[in-house]
Amino acid sequence: MTVVCYVASAVAIIAAVLVITGQRAMHALLHLVLMLLALALVFFTLGAPFVAVLQVVIYAGAIMVLFVFVVMMLNLGPPGERQERRWLGAQVWAIPVLLTAILLALCGYAIADLGTGGAPAGVVGPKEVGIALYRDYLLAVEIASLLLVAGLVGAFHLAPPTRAGEEAQTASANSRQPEETADG
Amino acid sequence: MADIAAAPTSVMLGVALALFLIGMAGVMIRRDLLYVLMSLEIMFNGAALAFVTAAAKWKQPDGQVMVILILVAAAAEVGVGLGLVLRLYHRFGTVDGDQISLMKG
Repeated sequence: MTVVCYVASAVAIIAAVLVITGQRAMHALLHLVLMLLALALVFFTLGAPFVAVLQVVIYAGAIMVLFVFVVMMLNLGPPGERQERRWLGAQVWAIPVLLTAILLALCGYAIADLGTGGAPAGVVGPKEVGIALYRDYLLAVEIASLLLVAGLVGAFHLAPPTRAGEEAQTASANSRQPEETADG
Repeated sequence: MADIAAAPTSVMLGVALALFLIGMAGVMIRRDLLYVLMSLEIMFNGAALAFVTAAAKWKQPDGQVMVILILVAAAAEVGVGLGLVLRLYHRFGTVDGDQISLMKG
């Protein structure tokens, strides 16, 4: 299990370096998802299965979907399509596929290593976490919910209005830009 | 599987530090705001790994609770941050932090 932890950590670090050195936003994003999944495996081997599941479901699932949406909205038009066709070369997907394959092998090994017994020693399961969360940290949970509401209101306030089409909106925003900069 | 948390605490803290520093380097060297946000996620995860390592060291759930709170903070930050990025893109046609310099920062 220690070996799984180390190799997953190495995958996470390599993926993190690939994120910050990436040239294409979508590739960096996929490397980021890879790093999150590797870290979920690290959490699992460290005896935190609940956090590992949350990492996969919320972080690699929900939060990354937001990133994908935004990247997709920023890459519009035929240049984007031409770019995507160029992305399908082997040198682009070889390293991510290799890292993901390592992660998959680790995951299979870890699951096979679990055996059929109960929870092994050293694991702090969801029950303990839930009890601590809603008994000792109840105030923190309330504050976190307030923070989420604030984020919701902020995102709703910042999001551009969607009544007009995206194209018209971008055009109007671009045409509006010079006069506003002239004002400043 | 006798001992699930066999990895030494110092090594995992080193990994957490490495992730945090990689994220910080990304925040500093990248000018594209999307990459800055992604690097922030890496920093969040470095901190989360430190918390999980500490929780595994003392076999207490408190560290995992902190990771859940980090998750909430990251979700709120990403919602507002990506809204800002979209707004900047519609306004300026770019998300390059160097070109958006109306405040002369």
